[in-house]
Amino acid sequence: MDFKLSEEQQMLQDTAARQVRDAYPFEKREQYSKSELGFSQDFWNQLGELGLTAVPFSEELGGFGGGGVETMLIMTELGRGLTLEPYLQSVIHGGGLLAQLGSDAQKENVLAEVAAGSLQLAVALEEPTSLYNLADVSTTAKAANGGYLLNGRKAVVIGGHSAGKIIVSARTSGGQCDEAGISLFLVDPSAAGVKRRVFPTIDGRKACELLLDNVQVALDDLLGEEGEAFAALRYQQGRAIAAQAALAVGYMQELCNLTLDYLKTRKQFGVPIGKFQVLQHRMVDMQTELEQATSMAMLAACHADAEDNAERTRVLTAAKYIVTRGARFVAEQAIQLHGGIGMTWEYNGAHYAKALVMIGHEFGDEDTALKAYAKDLEVA
Amino acid sequence: MNVNYTAEELAFRDEVRAFLSAELPTDIAQKVKLGKHLSKEDHQRWQKILSKRGWYAPGWPVEFGGTTWGPVEKHIFDEECAAFGAPRSIPFGVNMVAPVIIKFGTEAQKAHYLPRILDGTDWWCQGYSEPGAGSDLASLKTRAVRDGDHYIVNGQKTWTTLGQHADWIFCLVRTDPEAQQQRGISFLLIDMKTPGITVRPIITLDGDHEVNEVFFQDVKVPVENLVGEENKGWTCAKYLLTHERTGLAGIGASKAALAGLKRAATRLQSGGKPLLDDPLLRLQIAEVEMQLMAIEMSTLRILAAAKEGGVPGAESSILKVKGTEIRQAITNLRRKIIGPYALPFLEEELELDYDGDKLHEDATPGVAPIYFNMRKLSIFGGSNEIQKNIVAKMILEL
Ligand SMILES: Cc1cc2nc3c(=O)[nH]c(=O)nc-3n(C[C@H](O)[C@H](O)[C@H](O)COP(=O)(O)OP(=O)(O)OC[C@H]3O[C@@H](n4cnc5c(N)ncnc54)[C@H](O)[C@@H]3O)c2cc1C
Repeated sequence: MDFKLSEEQQMLQDTAARQVRDAYPFEKREQYSKSELGFSQDFWNQLGELGLTAVPFSEELGGFGGGGVETMLIMTELGRGLTLEPYLQSVIHGGGLLAQLGSDAQKENVLAEVAAGSLQLAVALEEPTSLYNLADVSTTAKAANGGYLLNGRKAVVIGGHSAGKIIVSARTSGGQCDEAGISLFLVDPSAAGVKRRVFPTIDGRKACELLLDNVQVALDDLLGEEGEAFAALRYQQGRAIAAQAALAVGYMQELCNLTLDYLKTRKQFGVPIGKFQVLQHRMVDMQTELEQATSMAMLAACHADAEDNAERTRVLTAAKYIVTRGARFVAEQAIQLHGGIGMTWEYNGAHYAKALVMIGHEFGDEDTALKAYAKDLEVA
Repeated sequence: MNVNYTAEELAFRDEVRAFLSAELPTDIAQKVKLGKHLSKEDHQRWQKILSKRGWYAPGWPVEFGGTTWGPVEKHIFDEECAAFGAPRSIPFGVNMVAPVIIKFGTEAQKAHYLPRILDGTDWWCQGYSEPGAGSDLASLKTRAVRDGDHYIVNGQKTWTTLGQHADWIFCLVRTDPEAQQQRGISFLLIDMKTPGITVRPIITLDGDHEVNEVFFQDVKVPVENLVGEENKGWTCAKYLLTHERTGLAGIGASKAALAGLKRAATRLQSGGKPLLDDPLLRLQIAEVEMQLMAIEMSTLRILAAAKEGGVPGAESSILKVKGTEIRQAITNLRRKIIGPYALPFLEEELELDYDGDKLHEDATPGVAPIYFNMRKLSIFGGSNEIQKNIVAKMILEL
């Protein structure tokens, strides 16, 4: 075992950290968040220019061949700055699906642009009642005109408002929750029949509902084999969960730092409130959750790109559980230890807290993870 | 010992229910149930209806327009109001400043202020906290200096709930800076329209405007607005806080929230089945329901003991801590069950008169904002840490 970063990894971390620090003071974040795009186009372009959007892709796809650890380093820095750009959705999740399932032509035309940062992807899997179950797909794709006609509704597509292409799961055969019969399509959001209802999210990003009404897609827009997308969906969701864990660790680091500072500076009863033992212990509990989440983010990073097997699934499920719970604990306690200040919009800590709670509303919550882990519990 | 409601208590409950079905405006109840923002006018409309029935100020002595209800009747009333979706009375006038005026005020103060609270003429807000004085309230610095028939007030209050709508503010101010902290404080009633008062909004993390900063610059307050004796304001403050805490357990509100949670978990589906079929969710709801059952009994028990021996003491701190934890646990589950729909932040759908398309029929837009907003329960009214300090000291004598 070796927990040290290589020289290149160290450099990557420094680059990401510097970039985030320069682009993301809290007041700027507020402006980006309130803008129509909902994030910073400049910062997104910088991620592309510096090659950060290309990191996880193989060299023949124009990438750097980075793995889970590289992704983890970038995600944690993006988290520390509470950044708004859909890096996770476009590069890790969408890019991952394309890299795994895409045809040569799709990789050449679409993935190359994703790696360069010139095309932003979104991934539309969730439906109004699917509640994180990837197999629960009611959106339909029927063969028509040499391609497919899509109908249905996709829920809360993060970054869907600004995406150049959206990867949509739809059913080509089978019943509502069957794993077989799910296909993936690359949908052009400007195509006839696509409607997007755009809204801000409670953690300051933007997303949309995606309504598909007889949307014609070509055969070339099918990703992978018809009806066979489930395994890739699961695998790539695992990568997304690993990346999300690292993101949450970045949020938690910053929020723990802010809280610790506050305990040292805020005075009540003539002493810094950090002198009260009950608050010391609470802060220790927060720090412990951060340590646990950090460990699980690392473990997840080292399994994210590994072969698909039961051990990988177990680790990623556990990461989702530990990190989501820890994230909420840190969020709630940080607010509590700040008193009234922690409840205010103008305090950046409150926004970290919201982002941390929302970790449990993307790619599953702690309960879905707990149930999944329990179901496959290994008994020696 | 008999923990069942008596025949009279049951009859009373029927009476309350009949009143609520007949008189509670459906549009207001609807807003409450959906977690929408209520307007001042909504509150006033409901207040008028309650006042007419003589039920707006159940805790006051009858001579001032109150009732003869005991703790059980009050509990029944609160619970039924919450179940029907009646707005919670804004406590600052009726449940905070009024008991202080009744206990410590002059006859003139009683005659002037109480009827105006009862009929909704005056809205009150609470000016206790300051930027430097939260948990350590007695370190407050807002200064009041006697100048003939007036006090001249300078300083700042903060976290003032509904200050933007209030006609009056009751303040703790420092009248003797030399005295030991608690001794130099006075309880002053200040007209919000007095020159020199500025109110600035504080937006909370859920995007709402319910708290404010209130600044005082050379504000002239007539001496007759002092309640109780000069420099004895801390006695009023403490008296008020015990009253506040008992109400903060919020059993009725938690019951209504739990019922809403169960309804939503029955209505919302996943994989073609109601969410409530999920064993893990059922365990979680069962757990919080049992906790609520216990805190309800604890509340009634502690209030009944107080009835014989006076106001509840430090025990009310136990009710506040546990009651707020339960309420927060319910809002947490409510947030979890809407899945990804906790993310959309649909401020316009929360507005009073929104009648556009809804993003989702069932995923109420107020759910996640309420979860975040309810974090305040363990901070205000004396934070839960402070409440535990009180229990440790006063009850356990540690
Ligand atoms: C939404 C909202 C509405 C409010 N409305 C009003 C209002 O209308 N009028 C009004 O006057 N005030 C109001 N308050 C203020 C509220 O009463 C204070 O926020 C509260 O007293 C805590 O003070 P503080 O915010 O300064 O936090 P602090 O006192 O600075 O506390 C920070 C943290 O330290 C902890 N702490 C402090 N002292 C101790 C100790 N001795 N031992 C252990 N832990 C300790 C606290 O529990 C908290 O976790 C409101 C607050 C909120 C959030």
